[in-house]
Amino acid sequence: MGSTLSERASLELVARYGVPTVPVRRATTPDDAVNAAAELGYPVVVKLHGEGIAHKTERGLVRLDLASPDAVRDAAASLLAAARPDDGAVDLVVAPMVVGSRELIAGVHTDEQFGRCVMVGFGGVLTEARGDVAFRLAPLTGFDAADMLDELRAQAFLGPVRGEPAVDRGAVSEVLLALAHLAAEEPDVHSVDVNPLVIVDGRPVAVDALVVRA
Amino acid sequence: MNPLDPLFEPQGIIVAGASAHPGKFGFVTLHNILSCGYEGRVLPVSLEGGEVLGRRVATSVDDLPDGAADLVFVCTPPSANPELLAACARRGVKVAFVATAGYAEAGADGERAQAELVAVAAAHGMVLAGPNGQGVVSTPVSLCAQIVAPYPPAGRIGIVSQSGNLLSSFLDLSIDSGVGVSRAVSAGNAAATTVADYLDYLADDAATAVSLAYVESVGDGRRFYDVARRTTDRQPLVVLQGGSTAGGRRAAASHTGSLASDARVFAGVCRQDGVARAETVEEAFDAAAVFATTPLPAGPNVVVVTTVGGWGVLTADAVTRSDLTLLELPADLLAALDDQLPARWSRNNPIDLAGSETRDTVTEVLDLVARHDAVHAVVFLGIGIQSNEARMMREGPYFPEHGLGRVVEFHERQDARYAEAAAAISAATGKPILVASELAVTDRDNAGPRAVREAGGYCVPSATRAVRALEHLWHRARRRRRMDAE
Repeated sequence: MGSTLSERASLELVARYGVPTVPVRRATTPDDAVNAAAELGYPVVVKLHGEGIAHKTERGLVRLDLASPDAVRDAAASLLAAARPDDGAVDLVVAPMVVGSRELIAGVHTDEQFGRCVMVGFGGVLTEARGDVAFRLAPLTGFDAADMLDELRAQAFLGPVRGEPAVDRGAVSEVLLALAHLAAEEPDVHSVDVNPLVIVDGRPVAVDALVVRA
Repeated sequence: MNPLDPLFEPQGIIVAGASAHPGKFGFVTLHNILSCGYEGRVLPVSLEGGEVLGRRVATSVDDLPDGAADLVFVCTPPSANPELLAACARRGVKVAFVATAGYAEAGADGERAQAELVAVAAAHGMVLAGPNGQGVVSTPVSLCAQIVAPYPPAGRIGIVSQSGNLLSSFLDLSIDSGVGVSRAVSAGNAAATTVADYLDYLADDAATAVSLAYVESVGDGRRFYDVARRTTDRQPLVVLQGGSTAGGRRAAASHTGSLASDARVFAGVCRQDGVARAETVEEAFDAAAVFATTPLPAGPNVVVVTTVGGWGVLTADAVTRSDLTLLELPADLLAALDDQLPARWSRNNPIDLAGSETRDTVTEVLDLVARHDAVHAVVFLGIGIQSNEARMMREGPYFPEHGLGRVVEFHERQDARYAEAAAAISAATGKPILVASELAVTDRDNAGPRAVREAGGYCVPSATRAVRALEHLWHRARRRRRMDAE
């Protein structure tokens, strides 16, 4: 297995191919983080960030829904203190708190038999358990991308729910086409996870990403 | 000229290892070739020589005339085969089908022997099918070159299988249903000629209208993907996959990777290519048989016409759960049916005739329903019930007295009429009318299913299976429509 890009580098890469991503700011000190939060607007998320940090959630390195400068400062200080020597160089990522009741997952996978595939599915904690996902070989046509969404079983989940509008299928298809484009243009990318791809007012926004180079 | 032409339409066949012992594969293959009507030259060869099944057996391929055969069917041991292939090539043989086992499926020595076989064939420009293959069937030339039975009726389904016994199962289902086969081949170890190569042949084959494949591992995935696409551009392709491995999960550092089981990626490939992917042997054959015998629906709207209430309910459930639509009967159709039927009919879809049918009711209702513009497909249930009772009467102690002779004849005539009407109305309207009953398999002589077969149709052994097959047809029709729209 090859090297893993950091969260920020991963998001930057997918954004370059047209995946809508949450705007993120880099911070190195608690005061930096407060300034970034002021620029982005409250509430925000603060995460410890570094090349060597992959499983942030499991290690408690993500602080959600911080609504004041004090909260951001405290969170930033404790995250920096939680860094371990083997994490290497670390800093902080500050991002707006994205709220949507629906999460998708999208990605690129290199299959042993078939090569580059693009995937979409329902995200969140039940992703693996539900297995409601669709794969297609890259490159994709517009027909393929739309058909991937049609293939998902939980279609009601894509309609209007809890006062939120229906998922903009065209916008999600564009994300899948962007990932297929990335797969074609970046031959050394082994896999991409865009997880979660949060649905905000019906439209997809990538909140986290993980790119693995072969 | 396709390099596989000599496999499916050979001018002459050498049977290597043609034993005099009826238990040996070499004997069985010769027997099957000679018994099923193949009219080309058949040239048995074995070290023992002599005579088998009345044919003189040559002791060496070198003793055969140049160009006498373009196909060799190999039943000789692995150690003999490199030299055999070379000798055959010198005599002008183009394709070797190697039935012999003991190759890559049998460990490291077998793998080496298989690699040598592949190299020898390649060196002589010979196509190598197998090894460890069960054989090949080609009904346009009455060819049954197989180490086991059976030989199917002629028809339009082309079959490729990575398992010999599954090939036999499909052929058995063909015989049972009467829906025939054009070509059938067991890929064996697929050392040189793969499932994709055979599918590529079938895609261009004028005798084949539907391809059916059993696949375990596709090898070069991209080639399979391309060939499957080329096939579905021309004809329906039904694929049954077995033996998913955990290979795709190895790259499980990412969520995407951990979700990418071989089965899921394969399912995506099939959907992307417009392949009808089946989960079971029955579903695969049903889909192939219905593709081969009925037109595609122009839309999703299904009407169920039934004389049997319970099956009507189950069928309505199956349609509702599928991507098909259980059509709400349009007012004009409802009115037309009211004119036609006694008041106790269901006035709903399923159209349950509820025992109200007289002599012409079923055929008239099928005609009314199928001709309505809003209806895209019909499932007809209840065929054969009258003939089932007729059988009981015929086999009982009172036949043919008490009027039973006449009523038995009436019942059987009625079921035959239903089948004939379904076929005729389908042909006239261009809409699929699927007929389903378990009597298709529980009583082959029942006049209903028999008449469906005789009309060239497929009596599906259950209504829920018929709905699944119809869904495969609709998926193909829908995909073609959407792609045309792009």
